[in-house]
Amino acid sequence: MGAPAGGEKKLLEISSGEAEHVYYWHCGYYMSQFLLGLRDRKTILGIKCPRCGRVYVPPREVCGRCFVTMDEWVDLGTEGYIYAFTVVKLPYIDPNTGKPIKVPRTDIYVKLDGADTCLMHWLDETDEKKIAVGARVKAVFKKRRRGTIHDIEYFKQI
Amino acid sequence: MARRTAIVGVGQTYHTSKRKDVNGQELINEAVKRALEDANLTLKDIDAIIIGNMDHFEAINYVDCWSVDGSGAFMKPIMKVTTGGSTGGTLGACAYYHVASGFFDVVMAIGWEKNSESDTQAAISTCADPILERDFFGGAIGPNAAEYAMYMKEYGATQEDAARVAVRDHNNALNNPYAHLRKFITVEDVMNSPMLCWPIKLLDSCPRSDGACAVIYASEDRAPKITPKPAWVHATAVSHDYVYFGDFDWEAMPTLEATATRVYKRAGITNPLKEIDVMELYLPFSTCGVIWMEHMWVCSRGESPSLIRRGVFDMKGELPVNPSGGVLSTNPIGATALIRIGEAALQVMGKAGDRQVSNVKTAMATAFGSCYWFEATILRATKP
Repeated sequence: MGAPAGGEKKLLEISSGEAEHVYYWHCGYYMSQFLLGLRDRKTILGIKCPRCGRVYVPPREVCGRCFVTMDEWVDLGTEGYIYAFTVVKLPYIDPNTGKPIKVPRTDIYVKLDGADTCLMHWLDETDEKKIAVGARVKAVFKKRRRGTIHDIEYFKQI
Repeated sequence: MARRTAIVGVGQTYHTSKRKDVNGQELINEAVKRALEDANLTLKDIDAIIIGNMDHFEAINYVDCWSVDGSGAFMKPIMKVTTGGSTGGTLGACAYYHVASGFFDVVMAIGWEKNSESDTQAAISTCADPILERDFFGGAIGPNAAEYAMYMKEYGATQEDAARVAVRDHNNALNNPYAHLRKFITVEDVMNSPMLCWPIKLLDSCPRSDGACAVIYASEDRAPKITPKPAWVHATAVSHDYVYFGDFDWEAMPTLEATATRVYKRAGITNPLKEIDVMELYLPFSTCGVIWMEHMWVCSRGESPSLIRRGVFDMKGELPVNPSGGVLSTNPIGATALIRIGEAALQVMGKAGDRQVSNVKTAMATAFGSCYWFEATILRATKP
């Protein structure tokens, strides 16, 4: 028998439609304190492991290496240096909005003074010829802050 | 005590950007049929199946159940494994553990992806923490691009050094009928291709492919009865690190170094450049092919560009890398790392056709996933 639906062999494509799915994530105590630090104190908080001494930012409950609970908070301030960066030029789809991101956009890994891990954020400069690995940077905060990572608007080279 | 285990059959689809003619189950079935044919086995001979992909990419999360008709897992023990880009490496390790444990004699690992059914960059971005990192994560490309920016500053390497890796892998694919991208390119082509995330350009980057791969593992008793030249598993190693990208230590690359150290130790290798005959490496970007050679102890820090320039890793070089064309030529993500294992096995078994490296006794395959998860497998023509 030929194609059972009649006529030649056709290949269809079905879409999932336009529906959105909203998620609600619970931050937990540590992430909440970090975000409240941005909102209320305009400062970046880290946490120190009592066993290995590593200072983590963002702060978290458990030091993965030592598997111990941490509770020694460290105020890391707002300055550090660019550990690594990239300038995104490809306007891929942002999963949060379903729309293409605005490019060019500079994503940076900031090693804040006193921290052993990096914070990810944006740099206000998008010309890679004007950005250097190792450059000193400072966080610029928004006037109206809501307790999210975007209470820091971006970092700038100083 | 682990039983000796060997790879006895490999099957894969002809990878391409869009397989509009098949759904996921049918794609899987193609690879499974080819692997069984390669090993001259039937489904009755398979005792268990391990399957994996990036399950949210096709928005089907119960893949082990959904694909049962295509995978041959009907009423058989099946387990789903999914570890991001490194999925294929974990699939292979898992199949190996199943046989080595003594519970199963013949096990098939299946990796697959229909990248064309979704938006790869958006889907990959969901591996980054939604509250703290997702918005700053430049898709799959961002972290590796930032890694190379650091390396260039530290060692004076250039974008051209990475472009040479891109040229090698792309042009090797011309010998591989299964590869997705098969077009001759030059360093100039790479340098002129559009910038994606500085400094990584289009031709430095892996494509998105639809494809599947199946690899059959068998116990010491069964393997020689199935094929005259099995590829014996001498070692596997798996190493996973933190979930926050900001935790990476790009200077030390702890997960890659730990995985390489462990796998070499388990296989008795002290000088990988001399003792390994061919490598199928999971290099999602050409830049990785520069930096990671050093953290795999093939050469010392900062030395990689000069080895690349001398052709050490070319088909006629001392240590051919990616005769299949690698990830830069073919990337159905859930299958990609399993294809590395399958291609390394074909090299040991002498079945790699036009891409065969001569006299392969020891082959290595690696797997990589976004959170800098690394896996490695060492295969040899002789029993461990």
